Amino acid sequence: MKARVFVTLKSGVLDPQGKAIHHALQGLGFDGVNDVRAGKLIELDLADGTSIPQIEEMCRKLLANTVIENFRIESMDGAGA
Amino acid sequence: MRSAVVVFPGSNCDRDLAVAFREVGGREPDLVWHGETSLPDGLDVIGVPGGFSYGDYLRSGAMAARSPVMRAVADAAARGVTVIGVCNGFQILTEAGLLPGALMRNAGLAYICRPVKLAVGNSQSLFTSGYAAGEEITVPIAHHDGNYQADAETLDRLEGEGRVAFRYAERTNGSARDIAGIVNEGGNVLGMMPHPERALETAHGNRDGRRLFEGLFAAVAA
Repeated sequence: MKARVFVTLKSGVLDPQGKAIHHALQGLGFDGVNDVRAGKLIELDLADGTSIPQIEEMCRKLLANTVIENFRIESMDGAGA
Repeated sequence: MRSAVVVFPGSNCDRDLAVAFREVGGREPDLVWHGETSLPDGLDVIGVPGGFSYGDYLRSGAMAARSPVMRAVADAAARGVTVIGVCNGFQILTEAGLLPGALMRNAGLAYICRPVKLAVGNSQSLFTSGYAAGEEITVPIAHHDGNYQADAETLDRLEGEGRVAFRYAERTNGSARDIAGIVNEGGNVLGMMPHPERALETAHGNRDGRRLFEGLFAAVAA
């Protein structure tokens, strides 16, 4: 089974990378962009039966720094909850 | 004085830190590979060096913080052994939960490599006893992710408890309240982004960093 983990900075945490992308978009003439936040996508190829709580534990222990980041898990073929 | 420097794959300041420990501490430090599950007995000081451990993949310091040796470092720190983390070492100590907060990308997005002016925060700590409180010193920085961030409550607590060891005396990387280095609650763990081991000898430009190690080794020996 496969799962995707999206790691994003918590709202309120300064995102210099997102700001730089925002400026670049404005430089290209895209004026309608209000804000940009950049994050990370991590794709996991997992043994069948890996549970969502197990993936959550991976996120809390390594994949995200929960001081500054949030994570969201998207199961791509119905991971057992 | 018995000291050790942890060696992670990718780190490039382990030797410099070992030289500082040897020159000031008077004895060759042990170099301990990251895959070890224990540290030599009887250590007084442990160094967590700077320099892109594990290529900084995922996040700076994230994988080094979960390496086997860091469990032994955490146990030693809990027993009161002195631990100093410099640059990537500071990032590793926050990722390992030995220090609060996190180090983010510099506010200006640039990698910054130059000497900076620091204000010494608290001369009572093990790590700052070689300086006068509030003294201005010059120490080099070399980092991309030195922007220290923590929630307001944590920052208030660090300041209230006199745990800000060093502050940038000039605008540098966007760090909350200009924090350049902090100590843990027990006062035996320091993390700092500037590199005191790169200001050890006159040939380095100045010896302001040497005084950190002199004060530290004297305080630990006392």
